[in-house]
Amino acid sequence: MTMTTGTARSRVASVAGGDSVQRLLALGALVILLAFFSIISTPFRTPDNYISILVATAVNGVLAMGVTFVIITGGIDLSVGTTMTFCSVILGLIVTNAGLPLWIGIPGALAAGALVGTVNGTLIAKAKIPPFIATLGMMSITRGLAQVLSDVKPIYFEGTPQFYDTFMGKYILGIPNVVFIMFGAAILASLVLTKTTLGRYTFALGSNEEATRLSGVNVARWKIAVYAVCGLFAGLAGILIAARMTSAQPSVGMGYELDAIAAAVIGGTSLSGGEGSIFGTIIGAFIISTLTIGLSITGVPDQWKLVITGLVVIGAVWLDILRRSRRA
Amino acid sequence: MGDLLVEMTDVSKSFPGVHALDSARFELRAGEVHALVGENGAGKSTLMKVLAGIYHPDGGTIRVKGAEVQVPNPRAAQDLGIAMIHQELNLMGHLTVAQNIFIGREPRGKVNFWLDEKALNRKAAELFEQLHIRLDPRARVSGLAVAQQQMVEIAKALSYNSDVLIMDEPTAALTETEIDELFRITRHLRERGHGIVHISHRLEELKQISDRVTVMRDGRYIDTVQTADATIGQIISMMVGRTIFEEAPELPEHPNPEVVLEVRNLNRGRVIRDVSFQLHRGEILGVAGLVGAGRTEVMRAAFGADPRDSGEVLVHGQEVAINSPADAVRHGIGYLSEDRKRYGLALPMDVEANIVMASLGSFTGRLGRILRTRTRAKADEHVKGLAIKTPGIGQRVKNLSGGNQQKVVVAKWLTADTEILIFDEPTRGIDVGAKSEIYRLLNDLAAQGKAIIMISSELPEILRMSHRVLVMCEGRITGELTAAEASQEAIMTFATQREAVAAA
Repeated sequence: MTMTTGTARSRVASVAGGDSVQRLLALGALVILLAFFSIISTPFRTPDNYISILVATAVNGVLAMGVTFVIITGGIDLSVGTTMTFCSVILGLIVTNAGLPLWIGIPGALAAGALVGTVNGTLIAKAKIPPFIATLGMMSITRGLAQVLSDVKPIYFEGTPQFYDTFMGKYILGIPNVVFIMFGAAILASLVLTKTTLGRYTFALGSNEEATRLSGVNVARWKIAVYAVCGLFAGLAGILIAARMTSAQPSVGMGYELDAIAAAVIGGTSLSGGEGSIFGTIIGAFIISTLTIGLSITGVPDQWKLVITGLVVIGAVWLDILRRSRRA
Repeated sequence: MGDLLVEMTDVSKSFPGVHALDSARFELRAGEVHALVGENGAGKSTLMKVLAGIYHPDGGTIRVKGAEVQVPNPRAAQDLGIAMIHQELNLMGHLTVAQNIFIGREPRGKVNFWLDEKALNRKAAELFEQLHIRLDPRARVSGLAVAQQQMVEIAKALSYNSDVLIMDEPTAALTETEIDELFRITRHLRERGHGIVHISHRLEELKQISDRVTVMRDGRYIDTVQTADATIGQIISMMVGRTIFEEAPELPEHPNPEVVLEVRNLNRGRVIRDVSFQLHRGEILGVAGLVGAGRTEVMRAAFGADPRDSGEVLVHGQEVAINSPADAVRHGIGYLSEDRKRYGLALPMDVEANIVMASLGSFTGRLGRILRTRTRAKADEHVKGLAIKTPGIGQRVKNLSGGNQQKVVVAKWLTADTEILIFDEPTRGIDVGAKSEIYRLLNDLAAQGKAIIMISSELPEILRMSHRVLVMCEGRITGELTAAEASQEAIMTFATQREAVAAA
């Protein structure tokens, strides 16, 4: 009896890829938040508004999934926001400026993201540059490149209406496709994280890098792969944001990395590495967008929204630390 | 006993300033548990790290199953069937038991990058069955007790089909029942024909587990005996050997019996058990014991750096509340960590800044301005008084030698008007020439009326310096010796006096 529960519990833990309590807390917080705003605000509790929360979560959610991989290894990626922008500009260059079809543009944007990630990973794993510095530099580089390549002007997708249609079209229940793309990406990311060698080494690196190395795992190679995955998700986010804005906007992107990191952390990903899950990260992203939309619908000024979001991030981490220290 | 598995001859290894191995040798046969013993620093771990490919020997030969081999790295050792389990376990706490064992060698599914978790857990379960280890393959490693984590390491080591298993102090962190379990597994492995090296300084353990014992001292091979034929006393005398340091302890008179510091009934878990002692003015109290005896733990707890379950600290007969290092410093107690660079000094800052670091408050003028004239004067005074060799007080501490860095730490505590100084391994990492200068410094400090506690793992140092010696084992004080009574044999006897033996 006890044995069965023990096994069942550890099976749950291994499927979820770590500590499930923080995730359940985050889910509970999201439900309370949604209930709270739905009760106090009539415009909040409309189907259109719930859909807009879903849509608003998509870009940050996808970025945060990639960042989750990196944070689980004990690293950080500050460049995801501007890499996203860079990738949307690449998409615009291929599709609008060069007039090539979408089936080249979309893989191109994804590849650009993966390339940026590979460079990040190589700098970190081979040149031993601390992740914070390497990706801080890359944040500036991709931002600059996006502006150089686009001549600091938005690129519109006038020649390819099917682009907007593919991503923002509403075929099921009036919900834009981006939402389904986000959930699809989440399922994929979660499978990679929990079921593949890449995922296993992601956790192993963050848990004890030296022990992993001594076990004969090629640590540098897997670390590069993790940053490449993160870049790939930034590329996908770049496509989604271009669809949402119906253009590649070379000047957006700064600050998105912080929302992505916040989503991961609220969802229980530990900044010291070794713990985290895609499920938690998605919940974290939903908490941020619900809070943002809820506060603006109830008339809280933008400046205060920033303050409150900051407090939520600090509170979530503090709660996690308290819980851990009690357990230890 | 079976065939010869390992034969090491004439192995030498030097580190800067230390001759760690000097023509050492060792042999291991299949189906034996071979204990490797010696004092701290005798070279046991170093010799085995050479075999495991962690250190490269300067000379000597290694034969595995008769063939001469090179072991350039741990991977090569693995291929030769040699596995070593280190004192500090090397596991990934967030992963499960099975995930840890097969890291880098996970069973794959139909698609190559897909993990087959079922096969993984089944393989681990099979391995445990073979090894008679009781563990849940799905349990998270961070939730396991140290003894169970050690089992994970053993299983991992043997999953590489190793014939040779080296265990470095495997019982150091285990309870009695856990040790029994470890020995049960060890005996099972011996029956299966593995050769096991058991590094230990718990001598009474040898009788329980080992077939043969090899004794090392000062990096040299002393002798190998059948465990059954030797008494623990004989092994101890081989370990300590002749008295190398004839030099008599220089004992200044200390007619002043005033008790400066008293610790009563200090306890913390199994680490510190009912420790009480007194320290007199002008005295050097040596604290001896083997690694892991709890010496540092006791002193850190008395100093307020670590928590304690119970116990009182009295300074000049008054009970004082010491709950943090700041409290201890206020009551005139200074602690000089063995890891000076990490805990004792701000390496990038200069000599002057370091010397006044612990007492900046008394060098501060209005609005928090630091009174440089006074800090400079104080630093100059100590540089002269302690003969710190530095081009000037503006020199960064990281550019000084180990001995002079130690003096800067001492100067820091003297500046803070400390009258009780706790030195943890004061000469660790200091070259031989500078050691005697540190000794002279300690003697001078004692002569000036400071009360000194000196934790040291080097018996000659303890014998030379101490007016009185406390010996610890497993968190208890097992003996107290006067300078006249103290000898290497007497100290080693107390230092290995584990509870089971004491009761018998």
